Amino acid sequence: MDVINQLQRQYVDFLSSLYREGLLDDQFLQIQKLQDESNPEFVNEVVTLFFEDSEKLLHNLAIALDQQLVDYKKVDACVHQFKGSSSSIGAQRVRNICVSFRTCYDAKNLEGCLRCLQQLKDEYYLVKNKLQTLFKLEQQILAAGGVIPIMG
Amino acid sequence: MVNMDCDMENDHSEEMDMEVLSSMWPEDINEEGKRFNLEKPGADHDMLEGVKLKEEAVDFNRLVDLTTYSEKGSSQLSNLVKSWEYKQANAVRLLREELDSLSKQQKKVELKKLEMIEEHRFEEHKYGGNKRPVSVLDGIYDIWQEAPRRKNDVVVHDQRPEVEAEYDTLIFWKQRAIHLQKLLEASMQREQIALEKLQESIQNLERQSSPVEELSQVLRRADNYLHFVLQNAPVVIGHQDNELRYRFIYNHFPTLGEQEIIGKTDVEIFTGGGVKESQDFKREVLERGVAAKREITFETELFGSKTFLIYVEPVFSKAGETIGVNYMGMDVTDQVRKREKMAQLREEIAVQKAKETELNKSIHITEETMRAKQMLATMSHEIRSPLAGVVSMAEILSTSKLDKEQRQLLSVMLSSGDLVLQLINDILDLSKVESGVMRLEATKFRPREVVKHVLQTAAASLQKILTLEGHITDDVPVEVIGDVLRIRQILTNLISNAIKFTHEGKVGIKLYVLHDPCACKQGESPNVTYTDEQTVPVKGRTDHSALSTSKSRSDQKDFNGQNHGEVPFQNHGQNEVTRNPLQNGASTNGDREEYPPHETTVWIRCDVYDTGIGIPEKALPTLFNKYMQAGADTARKYGGTGLGLAICKQLVELMGGQLTVSSREHHGSVFTFILPYKVSTMCDSSDDPDEFRDMIGHDAANDMNDDDTNSGFFKFEPRTLGPIFSASGPGRSQMLRPNGFGLSAINTRIGYPQDSSSLPSGNNTPKDICLIEDACSEVDVTETSPEPESSLMYSPECNNKISIGKEHTTHNGENSQLKISNMNACNTSERCKDVLDMTKIRDPQAMRQMQPMLERSSECTSNDSRDIPKATSKPKILLVEDTRINVIVARSMMKQLGHEIVVVNNGVEAVRAIHSSNYDIVFMDLYMPLMDGLEATRLIRSFEETGNWEAAIKAGVEFDVSPSNSFTNGQEYKSSRKRIPIIAMTANALSESADECYANGMDSFIPKPVTLNNLRQCFKQYLPAFL
Repeated sequence: MDVINQLQRQYVDFLSSLYREGLLDDQFLQIQKLQDESNPEFVNEVVTLFFEDSEKLLHNLAIALDQQLVDYKKVDACVHQFKGSSSSIGAQRVRNICVSFRTCYDAKNLEGCLRCLQQLKDEYYLVKNKLQTLFKLEQQILAAGGVIPIMG
Repeated sequence: MVNMDCDMENDHSEEMDMEVLSSMWPEDINEEGKRFNLEKPGADHDMLEGVKLKEEAVDFNRLVDLTTYSEKGSSQLSNLVKSWEYKQANAVRLLREELDSLSKQQKKVELKKLEMIEEHRFEEHKYGGNKRPVSVLDGIYDIWQEAPRRKNDVVVHDQRPEVEAEYDTLIFWKQRAIHLQKLLEASMQREQIALEKLQESIQNLERQSSPVEELSQVLRRADNYLHFVLQNAPVVIGHQDNELRYRFIYNHFPTLGEQEIIGKTDVEIFTGGGVKESQDFKREVLERGVAAKREITFETELFGSKTFLIYVEPVFSKAGETIGVNYMGMDVTDQVRKREKMAQLREEIAVQKAKETELNKSIHITEETMRAKQMLATMSHEIRSPLAGVVSMAEILSTSKLDKEQRQLLSVMLSSGDLVLQLINDILDLSKVESGVMRLEATKFRPREVVKHVLQTAAASLQKILTLEGHITDDVPVEVIGDVLRIRQILTNLISNAIKFTHEGKVGIKLYVLHDPCACKQGESPNVTYTDEQTVPVKGRTDHSALSTSKSRSDQKDFNGQNHGEVPFQNHGQNEVTRNPLQNGASTNGDREEYPPHETTVWIRCDVYDTGIGIPEKALPTLFNKYMQAGADTARKYGGTGLGLAICKQLVELMGGQLTVSSREHHGSVFTFILPYKVSTMCDSSDDPDEFRDMIGHDAANDMNDDDTNSGFFKFEPRTLGPIFSASGPGRSQMLRPNGFGLSAINTRIGYPQDSSSLPSGNNTPKDICLIEDACSEVDVTETSPEPESSLMYSPECNNKISIGKEHTTHNGENSQLKISNMNACNTSERCKDVLDMTKIRDPQAMRQMQPMLERSSECTSNDSRDIPKATSKPKILLVEDTRINVIVARSMMKQLGHEIVVVNNGVEAVRAIHSSNYDIVFMDLYMPLMDGLEATRLIRSFEETGNWEAAIKAGVEFDVSPSNSFTNGQEYKSSRKRIPIIAMTANALSESADECYANGMDSFIPKPVTLNNLRQCFKQYLPAFL
C-alpha cells in the first residue's frame, strides 16, 4: 500500500511538474478524462499516435527545409498539423513553437524556420520523454494494483 | 671715286642677279600654285601624265562665254593677268636700275672726257681733225626694257693715263695723245659692247613667252591637279545654264555619254524619285541667287537608290544676273544609311530606356505594395496577435477565482483591450483599403437579414431609450451578391455612430432599390422629418441586400439561444405583423416573385438616419476625413477615433458606390450609401421556408421573426429593449432583479460578442463560448433551484454567465419550449453529471434538481420536433478533420457525450458526405488538404440555397451518384435543403478567422483544441432536440 501511495504521489508530483513547466496544459486533462473502462488505453493510444505523427512530421519538415527551394506550403501544412495534434493532446510548448514557427515561414525566414525546427525537436523529445516516464509510472502503479490518480 | 663706283657696280649687279633668279618660272608660279595647293610644280607634269580626262564633258563655247561674261570667269582671268603684270613690272624695274647704273657710268666717262678736253685743248686743236666725239652712253640710254644679264663685263677700268715723259715736252704730248687714243678706242669698244648687249636684250624680250601662253599653262596645271585629286572622289561637278541645261559635268563614274547630258536638264536625263526635287532646288537657287546645300535621295533606274549631298551656287553675269548654277554633288548614301541606322538605334535605345524606366517604376511600385502588404502583415502580427493574446489571457483569467475588485479591474482591462483591438482593426482596414490590399468577396446574402441583424446587435448593446427601426421596400431582392462582411461593417459603423450621437428619438435603416441610380435625390429617406437639410449630394446607393442577409442568419442563431436582443424584437414583431406567423415559405415566395428575374445588377440605396445632434454645416466637408470628428468638443464628449466614417467611405467607394451625408444640426443626420449588387438569377424560393422551418420548433417567436424579415420592417422599441438590452433601462432591473443576479457585468458581456462579430454565436474567444455554455448549464440549475442561494453559489466571476443564462431563463419563462431546449443539454443523468463535473458544480442540491428537468426536457423535445427528423434518438454528426489525433480525440469526446460521428478527412469528402446523406450538424476543420473547410462550407451552403450541386461540381467535386437522385425522394430533398449547422474548428481564435468563418456560411466556431465543454455547448445550441 505504501508503495502504491508512494508511486501515486510520485505520479501526481511528476504530472504537476509537467503542468507547472508548461509542458502540458488542460487539454491533457481532457484527454485523460476521456479514458474510461470502455477505452482503458485511450491516453496511451492518443499519445502514441501523437508520437508517430510528430516524428513523421519532424522528418518531413527537416526534408522540406533542406530543399534548395523551400516549399513553404509544405512547411505550413506540416506545422499546421503539428500544431493541431500537439494542441489536441495538450503539449503546450510544442504547440507554442508551432505558432512562432508560423511567423517564420510566413516571413519566409529560412533561418528562423530552421531554428524553430530545432526547438520543435527539442520540445517534442522533451515532452515525449516526460510522457513516456509518466506512462512508465502509470504502468508501475497499475502493476502494483493501484489506481491512477486523477488530477484537476 | 672710281673704286667706289666699282663697288657700287658690283653691288648692283649682284642685286640684279638675284632679281633675275627670282623671276624665273617656278618661283613665279608659286603664287598661282598656292591657290591650287600645288606643292611641287616641277613634278606635277609627270604625275598628271597618266590621268585620263575622259569623264569630263565640256561645252567649250560655254566656257569661253563664261570666262568672258561671268564675273567669276573674269575675276579668274584678271587674277592671272595681274600676276603676269606683276612679273613684267618686276622686269621693268630691274632694267631701269641697270639703265641708271649705265647712265651713271656714262656721265662719269663724259666728265672725264671733258676734263681731258679742257686739259688738252691745245692738242685737241691740234689734233682736232682726229677727234671723233662719240657719245658712248647715249645709245645705251635709249635702250629700254632691256633685262641686263651681265654685270662684270660692263666694268669700267678707270686708269689714269701714265705718261712717263717729261711734262710739256713733245714726247710728253705724243705719249699723251697715244694714251688718249687708246682710251677712246676702249670707250668705243665698250659702246660697241653695250650696243650688242642692248640688241641681245631686245631679242630676249622678244623671246619671252606671251601672257596667254603662261596663263593657259597655269590653268592646265591646276586642271590637272583637280583631276588628280578628284579622280576617285564620289562627286559630280557640273555647271548648268539658266535653263538648267548641263553645260559641263564631271563625273568619275559616268553612266551616260557626253552627248546624253550636255544641253539637257536633269529631268530630261533621268526619271524617278528625287530628280524633280533636285531640279526644283537648283531652280530655287537660281532664282534666289544664294548658294545652298541640300540632301536629296534619288530613286532612279539609272543608279538605284542613292542619296546625294548637293551644293548649288548661282553664277552671276557681270551685270549681276544669274546665268546659271554651279553644282556639286557627293554621294552620301552610305553615310545617310549609317546615320539612319544610328537614329534608329538611338530611337531603340530611347525606347529601351523608357521601357526600363517604366519597368523600374513598376518594380518600385510593386516593391512599395509588397512593403505595404508586409507592413500590414507585420502590423497584424506584431500588434494584433499579442494584443489578442493579452485579451484572451485576461478572459481566461476572468474564469479563475477572483474577488470582486479583481473582477472589476479585469473587466475594465477586457473592455479596453477590446477597444484597442477594434481600433487596430480599423486602422488595418483603412490601410488595407488604401494600399489596395483589401479584397472584396462576392457572396450571396440577404439584405433583410443583414439590416435586421445589425439592428439587433445595436439594440443589444443599446444603453439609451431609442427606437431602432428598419424599413426594406418590397422591391429589394431577397438575395443579392456582395461583400456582406464589409457591408455589415459599414452599416454597423453607421448605426453605432447614429446611436452614439442620438439621445432620444429613433435611429433607423431604410433600404430601397434605385431604378435610376443617378437620379436619386436627397431627402428621399423615409422617416426623416427634415427635408431641407444642408445640401449633401446624396449619391450613395444602398445595399439593403447585404443587410438583410445577415439578419436572417443571425436570427437563426439568436434563437438558438444566445441573442438576448432578439426576444423583445420578436415580441414586437408579433404584435405588428399580421402575416401568418408560422410560416414562412408562402410569404417569402410571394415576395420574391415580384422581382424581375432578368435583372442582374441592382442599385440599392441605404439611408441610415437618426434624430440626433446633427452635424454642423462647417464640419460636413471634413467629416469623412481620417481622424476627423465634427469638432474637438464632440471628440471629447463622445470619444472615438474618427476612423469609422473614413473606413465606411473607403469601403463604399471600393465597392463602387458612394457615401454621402445630409444633416441638420439638432435635428439629425442621414448617411446614405448607394451600392450596386448583383442579383443571382437563380432564386431558390424554397430556401427560406426550410431554413426557418428548421427553427420553428424552438420558439414560436422565431416564426414571427422570419415573417419580420420578409416583411421588410423591424422595430425595436425602447420599452422592450430596456429590460434586456440596456443596463440603465428601468425595465431591465425589474426583469432581472427578481432572480437576484448581479447585473453589473451584463452589458459588457453582451456587448462584446455582438460588437466584434455580427453573429451572437460568434464570440471569438473560447472563453466566450465556454461562458455561454457554462451559463446555460448553470441557469438550468438556478432556474429549478427553489433557493435564491443557488444563484449566489457561484462566485462573482460567474456573474456574466449567469446573467446570460438567466436571460434565457426569463425567456423560457415566457415560452416553455425554449426553456426546454436548454434543458435538453442534460439528456441523461450521466451526461448531467458530466456537465456538473465539468463546470465544477458541486452542489448536490443542484444535482438533485437536474432530474426533473431532464424528464421535462425529453417531453418537450418530442413535442417540438414537428419539423425535426423523426429519428430523435441520435443526431447524425459529421466530423471533417484530417489530423488523426484530433479525430480520435473528437470521436472520444463525442462518445462521452453519447454521440457517434462520421469522420471524413477533407472538404471534398465532406461535400460528398452531405450529398449522399443527411447530417444534423457538421464540425469542420478549416485547414485541410484538397479542399479546406471554408470552401466546403460555401459549396454546401450553395446547395442549400440553390438546391443543386453545381457549385460543387464546378469546384471539382465528383459525386458517386448523380445529384438528381437525391431529388427523387421528396423527403430526402426536403431535409437536405435544411440549413445544416456547420461549426468550424480552428486553431486561430482571432476575430479575423471568425469573420472568415461567418462570411463563408459557417454558423459558429470552436477553437482548437476541442474541449468537451465546447462540444457540449454546440450541441446544446444547434441540436437541442437531441440532448
